[in-house]
Amino acid sequence: MAALNVSVVSADREVWSGEATMVVARTVEGEIGILPGHEPMLAILAGGEVRVTLTGGEKITASAEDGFLSVHADAVQVVASRAELA
Amino acid sequence: MGAQLRVYRQKIKSAQTTKKITKAMELIAASRIQKAQARVKASTPYSRAITRAVSAVATYSNVDHVLTTEPETIERAAVVILTSDRGLAGAFNSQVLREAEELSELLRSQGKEVVYFLVGRKAVGYFQFRRRASEQQWTGSSENPEFELAKDIADAVLEAFLRDASDGGVDEIHIVYNRFVSMMTQTPEVVRLLPLEVVEGVEEPDATVQPLYEFEPDVETVLDSLLPVYIESRIFNALLQSAAAKHAATQKAMKSASDNADKLIIDYTRLANNARQAEITQQISEIVGGADALVATK
Repeated sequence: MAALNVSVVSADREVWSGEATMVVARTVEGEIGILPGHEPMLAILAGGEVRVTLTGGEKITASAEDGFLSVHADAVQVVASRAELA
Repeated sequence: MGAQLRVYRQKIKSAQTTKKITKAMELIAASRIQKAQARVKASTPYSRAITRAVSAVATYSNVDHVLTTEPETIERAAVVILTSDRGLAGAFNSQVLREAEELSELLRSQGKEVVYFLVGRKAVGYFQFRRRASEQQWTGSSENPEFELAKDIADAVLEAFLRDASDGGVDEIHIVYNRFVSMMTQTPEVVRLLPLEVVEGVEEPDATVQPLYEFEPDVETVLDSLLPVYIESRIFNALLQSAAAKHAATQKAMKSASDNADKLIIDYTRLANNARQAEITQQISEIVGGADALVATK
């Protein structure tokens, strides 16, 4: 299965980037899970954690505040003015 | 020691001390450029991501938004000027202020009133000296701008933009700053922030394979929260560019100051040698003349 190219970006730097199998984030409408092959989308994040499951099965979490999430052709970007790895 | 010689020696000393200072400032600036440039680079993924998202919205939907629509009549325009807090940077501040003046001239000739938002002590001083009014000022953190500063500025200009023109709101926002081109060149640049022209990187959607973007919760809300962020990132980028350019300008100015000090030292050393030689020559001729006179009287 194809992997997702995930990057977590804050205003002053790229916090994390790498490959993952799943991204779970909380948007203003509720939690959303993104798997490879997801349709393109843009969503506004509600504050909170973004959970990324890496290809190896490990999990990392990042906290992102007032940002957005964009998915396009298996590239997922979590963009927030303040974001850091938890 | 002759009076002339002493004066020259003093001048050499003072040039040497000045050179020590300018040399130190040059080295400090040089090391800061690297850091400032790294920050510009580090913030690129963010602005790229936002630009991509904004152009995605612009391309895959056709909603009109307050921030993107051109008002019919523009009564007032705001100009944000980014300068530094400290001088000793050559033409850095004067060129950006000159550019701002030219822009204001142009805007006024189009019948628009101009209001100013100033960043950096130099711009504030320039306006104070000329007793000109400005809407808002930020000083003290232009050397190492934090994102909060960009947010503050963005909030202020957006607030002014969204206010009605009759309440003193503005219909257009321009930003003037020094762009870091290279170590040697920094050029003043004028960018119109609002109304937004989403031109950068907008790809024409291919009519056949147009991926359907899903917006959550909906296009308007996404655009509503995305555009201010886009403005913030543009301002933040300008702030970082300006900071990097300032350090580069300082380095260049201090380098030429050190070079000038070197030249002065050489010139004065030559003059001092001349004066010393003249003094010795005079002493010899005095002695010879004295001896001759003694011989003659015998």
